[in-house]
Amino acid sequence: MSGERRVHDMGGLAAGPLDREEPEHAAWEKRIDAIRALCAKRRLLRTDELRRNTEDLGPGVYDKLSYHERRCAAIANTLLQKNVFTVDALGRKMSEIERRWTTGEVP
Amino acid sequence: MPRFAVGDVVRVRRAFPPGHVRTPYFTRGRSGIVDAIAGNYRNPEELAYGRYDAPTLPLYRVSFRQADLWPEYDGPAADTTIVDIYENWLEPAEEGQ
Repeated sequence: MSGERRVHDMGGLAAGPLDREEPEHAAWEKRIDAIRALCAKRRLLRTDELRRNTEDLGPGVYDKLSYHERRCAAIANTLLQKNVFTVDALGRKMSEIERRWTTGEVP
Repeated sequence: MPRFAVGDVVRVRRAFPPGHVRTPYFTRGRSGIVDAIAGNYRNPEELAYGRYDAPTLPLYRVSFRQADLWPEYDGPAADTTIVDIYENWLEPAEEGQ
C-alpha cells in the first residue's frame, strides 16, 4: 500500500512489549486533564478538535512528547486558534509560572 | 437511509488526505463485509475543524479478514478485525476483490 501514513496512525506497527503497570500521575498531569474537562464543559474544546491538534503536532514532536505533554500542547493550540488567549498572553503567563516554579512557590 | 446493508461487501477508498481522519491507514483500499450499522453520527473530520453543524452520516462496523489486512498473517483463516468506518469512506465492492 502506498500513500502517506500519518505519524499517529500506527495500527499494526510493531509496538514491543506492553507495560501493564498502572502509571503514577504527577500533579501537573492531573491538572492537564482537569483543564481539558473544564474547556469541554465550556464548549471551547471538542474531542475531535483535540485529536486534530494532537495529530498536527507532527512527526518528531508527536513521538518525543509524553501523552500529557501532547495533550497540553494540543489544548494550547486549540485555544489559540479560537482566540481564547493570544500568543503574547500565553508566553507571558508561561514565564510567570516558570518563575514561580523555579523559586518553589508552586508545588 | 444508509447506502449499505449488513452483509454487503464494501471497499475502503484509497485516499490519504491531510487533516483529522478516523479511517485507519491499514484499512485503506481493503475490502470487507458490513457487520452492523452503528447509527448516524456527525462526521469527526468536520467536527475536528469546528463545524459542529455538519450533517450526520451512517457509521458502519466493517469486518475484514485478518489475512486481507496483513500479508504475513499466519493465524486461522477465519480471524477477522472489525473497524468502525463512516459511509463517505466506503464504496461498493464484490466478494474476493
